[in-house]
Amino acid sequence: MTGTPAVRVRGLRKTYRDTVAVADLDLDVAAGEVVALLGPNGAGKTSTIEILEGHRDRDAGEVSVLGLDPARADLDWRARIGIVTQDGADLTELTVREAVGHFAHYFPHARDPREVIELVGLTGKATARVRTLSGGQRRRLDVAIGVVGRPRLLFLDEPTTGFDPQARRQFWTLIRRLAGDDGCTILLSTHYLEEAEALADRVAVIVGGRIVADGSPATLGGRATARTVVRWADGRQETDDPAALVAALTRRYGGAVPGLTVSRPSLEDVYLDLIGAAS
Amino acid sequence: MTATAHRTAPRRPSAARLGLHRASIELKVFFRERDAVVFTFAMPAVILVLLGSIFDGIYSGSDVTSAQYLAPSMIAAGVASATFINLGAGIAADRDDGTLRRLRGAPMPPSAYFIGKILMAMVITVCETVLLLGVGVVAFDLSLPTEPARWLTFGWVFLLGATACALAGIAASSLARSARSAGAVMNLPYLVLAFISGVFYTPVGQLPEPLVTVGSLFPLKWMAQGFRSVFLPDSILPQEVVPSWEHGRTALVLAAWCIGGMVLCLTTFRWQGRRGR
Repeated sequence: MTGTPAVRVRGLRKTYRDTVAVADLDLDVAAGEVVALLGPNGAGKTSTIEILEGHRDRDAGEVSVLGLDPARADLDWRARIGIVTQDGADLTELTVREAVGHFAHYFPHARDPREVIELVGLTGKATARVRTLSGGQRRRLDVAIGVVGRPRLLFLDEPTTGFDPQARRQFWTLIRRLAGDDGCTILLSTHYLEEAEALADRVAVIVGGRIVADGSPATLGGRATARTVVRWADGRQETDDPAALVAALTRRYGGAVPGLTVSRPSLEDVYLDLIGAAS
Repeated sequence: MTATAHRTAPRRPSAARLGLHRASIELKVFFRERDAVVFTFAMPAVILVLLGSIFDGIYSGSDVTSAQYLAPSMIAAGVASATFINLGAGIAADRDDGTLRRLRGAPMPPSAYFIGKILMAMVITVCETVLLLGVGVVAFDLSLPTEPARWLTFGWVFLLGATACALAGIAASSLARSARSAGAVMNLPYLVLAFISGVFYTPVGQLPEPLVTVGSLFPLKWMAQGFRSVFLPDSILPQEVVPSWEHGRTALVLAAWCIGGMVLCLTTFRWQGRRGR
């Protein structure tokens, strides 16, 4: 079974009445990989993920998730995937321990709930009612429930939307640990660039229901080979040889160049270019 | 074949076991949610105490007081509340807040969810009935029958009535657009039926005929009549719509609602909210 991709999607289409949410989308996720679906709101991230989770019908296309079509998947398949949705508001009257413990019952070889609560950093809140948790704690509980069954593939749909920066960093540490220690394959959607850059082995940019770029954060959209931009007080130039340009500028100004910056395009530049070109 | 294929994989737990777990979680949640306890559990008892204290008098030709007439009918309303409203509003809330979605994402056989809901509703219905019987006996001198035949009647009316109302509640849950509207969507038919089935308005024989006709189409009227036949002497029969307890017809209507409710559940149940698939 080794070598089988965790996720393989070809020509996926999904339309809601007259709106095309997903248009001819292709995507591969290798086992053990962390892939980020990056795109603006309404790009089709959630529709795609929900189809892969088996929560949504599709209009066309081939989809294989852990070797099965999610539309026809059985409970054994469900036991091998973990799902963290973006809008869970349930379980409010249970305690964290009761909620995680209950979901552990569904799985054939679940983790120890205490261990999972520790992993997501909610040990101090184990006996607190879920409704008393903060937004960030609530999402970490969702992750705890998502991983309690030792999934081989974990879906995270915009997991850190609405987090403050510190909560987001803590969350990233958690996701890295899941991917690293457990070798869990992770497909996450996000509209935060830093998040995709921080977590993903590979970023797929989705715009208008289509993947418009796919690569590692460092090489996405030709970023690694793109020309360097040199900016100074009264000029801007793209070049393949920034050192020579800076030297020439230094000579021209007879010393320090006012307002000098030398940069390769940031992921944000690439991303904004991609979104702009696609729309 | 690889070695791992021979290893006996741990089996997923059975639907029955998961259903029991669901029931324990559902009961915990029910009794922790104050609105649910107040609206579906305490309300029938409060109404029984209020109406039982407001109305007084004895029906002519019998020694039955208004409160004693009310008590068995309120037990029927209590059963309907603990099944129809409890399940209808509860499932609508589950659909709205992501409970159903999360459960569908877990390796849970769908039957485990329904086993959990029905066991939960059964426990609450039994508690509700005991509570209302207690109020009737303590506050209004309702006497518990001694003949086994009457308890047998109580048994089948209770079972058929609770099942019919539970299935109707599960089916009706799909009508509510959100958890917020569910309370209103479930309570309106419940309150209307409680009036036109001769529960809040006593005795049933004095209701205008068109209302009785409409009420007779629904299970509450027959459940209330069935319970009255258990706890009240036959001398009260002139106050009924027809001077007979009509056990055969009661069984027939309630059974028809069980079958119809089951069909409705199977054809209309939605795991997802109304935002399109």
